[in-house]
Amino acid sequence: MNIPVRRFDTLILGAGGGGLRAALQLARADAHVAVVSKVFPTRSHTVAAQGGVNAALANVTPDNWHWHMYDTVKGSDYLGDQDAIEYMCRAAAHLVYELEHAGVPFSRLESGRIYQRPFGGQSREFGGAQATRTCAAADRTGHAILHTLYQQNIRARTHFFDECFAIDLIHDDDGTVLGVLTMDIATGEPLVIEAKTTLIATGGCGQLYRTTTNAHINTGDGMAMALRAGIPLQDMEFFQFHPTGIAGKGMLITEGARGEGGYLVNKDGERFMERYAPNVKDLASRDVVSRAISIEVREGRGCGPNADHVMLKLDHLGSDIVAKRLPGIRDTCKTFMHLDPVDTPIPVFPTAHYAMGGIPTDRFGRVVMPSGDSPEEVVPGLYAAGECACVSVHGANRLGGNSLLDILVFGRAAANDILGFLKNNRYHRPPNQDCIDKAYERFARWEKRGDGESVQAVRADLKKAMEDHCGVFRTEKIMQEGIDVIKAIRARIPDVRLQDQSKVFNTARVEALELENLADIAIATMRSAEARQESRGAHSRIDYPDRDDVHWMKHSLYTLEDDTLDYKPVRTKPLSVETFPPKKRVY
Amino acid sequence: MSGTTCQPGLERLRWQCRRGLLELDLLFEAFLDKRYSSLSDADKETFNQFLEQQDQTLQEWLLGKTAPEDEAMARMVKLIRDAI
Ligand SMILES: Cc1cc2nc3c(=O)[nH]c(=O)nc-3n(C[C@H](O)[C@H](O)[C@H](O)COP(=O)(O)OP(=O)(O)OC[C@H]3O[C@@H](n4cnc5c(N)ncnc54)[C@H](O)[C@@H]3O)c2cc1C
Repeated sequence: MNIPVRRFDTLILGAGGGGLRAALQLARADAHVAVVSKVFPTRSHTVAAQGGVNAALANVTPDNWHWHMYDTVKGSDYLGDQDAIEYMCRAAAHLVYELEHAGVPFSRLESGRIYQRPFGGQSREFGGAQATRTCAAADRTGHAILHTLYQQNIRARTHFFDECFAIDLIHDDDGTVLGVLTMDIATGEPLVIEAKTTLIATGGCGQLYRTTTNAHINTGDGMAMALRAGIPLQDMEFFQFHPTGIAGKGMLITEGARGEGGYLVNKDGERFMERYAPNVKDLASRDVVSRAISIEVREGRGCGPNADHVMLKLDHLGSDIVAKRLPGIRDTCKTFMHLDPVDTPIPVFPTAHYAMGGIPTDRFGRVVMPSGDSPEEVVPGLYAAGECACVSVHGANRLGGNSLLDILVFGRAAANDILGFLKNNRYHRPPNQDCIDKAYERFARWEKRGDGESVQAVRADLKKAMEDHCGVFRTEKIMQEGIDVIKAIRARIPDVRLQDQSKVFNTARVEALELENLADIAIATMRSAEARQESRGAHSRIDYPDRDDVHWMKHSLYTLEDDTLDYKPVRTKPLSVETFPPKKRVY
Repeated sequence: MSGTTCQPGLERLRWQCRRGLLELDLLFEAFLDKRYSSLSDADKETFNQFLEQQDQTLQEWLLGKTAPEDEAMARMVKLIRDAI
């Protein structure tokens, strides 16, 4: 098979905020840069981020990067790497001002300075009063950032491969990563893109779960590519759930609904949060509410024909309050559920929101993995940034507003390191033909004809299995069963066939490749979660309810080839300040 | 197969309906499955233009936060909302 080849200095997989920030840095330094995106760049998931981006600008309340760092370390439940966290929090203000200069229309205070709003987990003076740290461009922050970065890239002459699907990484005999095999979605034709460096910025994997806030494109493709290239994934057991997503659909019903006096009931009409959190009840923290909902459903007190959700009641608030203070929720319910929360309760269930884990990197965006005696050996030529990466600034739990910051900071950091790499590696190397053939085989396998299961059926079973066995309610038994279930589902994939063999915009074929990716990440997540015998951040085990710093203050690393887990220490030493030692995380 | 042979472009549209927002994915998917094939050619063309809009704008229109000024776009909003 003779596959056409294109060559660039540097290649970026993904055109979300992370990929585009990196591309801009590279294009401005006159590198010949290509960006590959499976959807048109401004349709990347970064557009969904409405809340904003954190930076200690101190425009509303006193603030500084060190307090932001403390909050992030604490929020991570002490699993975040303190060198990377310090680096991120120190860089934050500069990156936000840079965006402002580039044209992001941040909302303004009367003083003319950038508007900031308070978010949960933000404090002054290391755990004191509420801080106000999230910079917002109305409710379109992610959208504004993405569009601005895209325009700037066009100006800087970044080369875009739009609607182009990355399949697998290619490398040389020494393991240096040299680009990727892709499929042009419009024609169904393969193309090899060779480059001296490759940055993975393919975003998250919420589609692992049946109920998720993530768009359909968030299938963790880059994470799975790394796994198949022999690179372990880090901390995959940590997945952030939001307690109240619309049941079976996933869209968020903001905390504001409970803040305004809404409450949850089970099938008996019981206000069950009173049992789980007698004082704060429905305003308990996200993980507590999520777990309570999940327990109600497991113990048979769920609502609906399948008893698989609970109800959020707002009907006692009166139409005025709902219309005035919660208009967005009302619109969502009317559109998707054909119900008006003014008079009908909303079916809700915890919804998968954000993957803290991903491809292990250092704070320069370089992908690292254990090799010999070193826990963090650099994989030459390979970088990762954004939600697909685990640098790790979020540790066991991400704070709102820190993800947009993460993608900007580490997108730029990776680009800076790439520029150094390019200086020392001026020539293209020949890739290993076997690895191209192997990637091509995976792509061509979907041309097999005949009868077989459908992609949709297997994908639906996979997502349901993850929800049932690796959601917010985790015990050894449930997860051990889950491992078997996921393995059985994976074993069905070779028998899946596509009914539609057309080449042009064959969405079914893309979905088949995405299914393989999801299945690889599912096993990584399930195995990492089953192994971690403690509760920390978003990973909460009914059978191990406490955090165990003695045995578990370490990062998990799952390798697909031999289905094994390894661990590496948390980097507790910051760059210039004192370590924040682990404390009990109370808010 | 049938989709590709009798309605050129449906497959392309299906990929154009992949967006950065879950809400849009769900709305467009339902619309393509239930309603698109029975649209007039003119409406099909309007839908094509509709998809060129930005994700956040589409979301605001489709969830009823704002309304498009253009009449054809407003009609499309109604057709899509009716299909979910
Ligand atoms: C509803 C919602 C609200 C949020 N709000 C906030 C907020 O207010 N503040 C905050 O900080 N964070 C927020 N987040 C999180 C944040 O939006 C994301 O973590 C972040 O935008 C991820 O950016 P990214 O650049 O890593 O990836 P993405 O923006 O997801 O981009 C991924 C890119 O990779 C491409 N891609 C993927 N796979 C392939 C493939 N196989 N081949 C080719 N291209 C591929 C895609 O086309 C896309 O261009 C929110 C998340 C959700 C779901």
